[in-house]
Amino acid sequence: MKKKDLVRNISLVALFSLTPQITHAMHIMEGFLPMKWAIIWGVLCIPFLVMGLKAIKKNLGKGADEKMLLGLVGGFVFVLSALKIPSVTGSCSHPTGVGLGAILFGPTSMTVIGLIVLLFQSLLLAHGGLTTLGANVFSMAIVGPFVSYGIFKLLKGDKKNPKMAVFLAATLGDLATYVMTSIQLSIAFPDSAGGMIASIGKFLTVFAVTQIPLAIVEGIITVIVYNLIVQYKEEGVLDIG
Amino acid sequence: MDNVKKQNRILFLLALAIIIAPLILRVGAEFGGSDDQAEGVITELAPDYEPWAEPLWEPPSGEIESLLFSVQVAIGALAIGYVLGTFRERHRNVTNR
Repeated sequence: MKKKDLVRNISLVALFSLTPQITHAMHIMEGFLPMKWAIIWGVLCIPFLVMGLKAIKKNLGKGADEKMLLGLVGGFVFVLSALKIPSVTGSCSHPTGVGLGAILFGPTSMTVIGLIVLLFQSLLLAHGGLTTLGANVFSMAIVGPFVSYGIFKLLKGDKKNPKMAVFLAATLGDLATYVMTSIQLSIAFPDSAGGMIASIGKFLTVFAVTQIPLAIVEGIITVIVYNLIVQYKEEGVLDIG
Repeated sequence: MDNVKKQNRILFLLALAIIIAPLILRVGAEFGGSDDQAEGVITELAPDYEPWAEPLWEPPSGEIESLLFSVQVAIGALAIGYVLGTFRERHRNVTNR
């Protein structure tokens, strides 16, 4: 066993014995952001939520198939954000699933759907938390979808089924969520010696590196669903604008 | 059309391989949550930090927690299956005509 691994394992054992129950997962845990930051991130989310509610209302009014697709992208987030998947770093994390919806319905629609999932997880699973809800919504339901949407718009060109753009959009959107989480934690907990920059490196090592293979998995699965949607749309069995 | 099916099958196997690979490559690894490690980093950076809020309710056991995670997946999978199933049926009606 390498020395680094040994240190990590010892600290993990120490952590397990200190915390009676390990029930959290990949979002920022309840109470783990100072109150100031809990409030700031919460307030920052509000305009996106308002825009998101409008966007969803507009999409629901378009037709029956838009409603169905909205159900699909919501279900996609529910499934992907509950699956804790092993990574080559030897720890687990979960994808976010917001890229697909951001591509199909725009980023702010996913802010609303992400909020629903994060509420479910913080209330029923003690995963994430109400005090950290704003920060978690900001990373998973705002930054992630906006990155996905931006990359998709930038790369799709005029192809009918821009698979590569979809893949990169979903993969990088997923990764961006965890980079944002690392940034949020490092602003709140700067390193005493190296400041925020040193601290961000530490959080990135924990979150973002583990996330890389999972982000690729999310990219692949998003392309699979996107392929089906494009096929059904071309056949005319899926009637969307 | 068959092209899509074939491509999706390959993509699915690829995703599966990426998920399974760590279990084979890293035998004996903890596979704990990355957030628990983040908690460790916070303790290291700010040893005096006390979380100022507790979850209102926590699943009483690992079993109940996995039950609720399964419920989350089930809700999502139901929606996905229903919607894709509906489109698939329409697709069959169109292609069999």
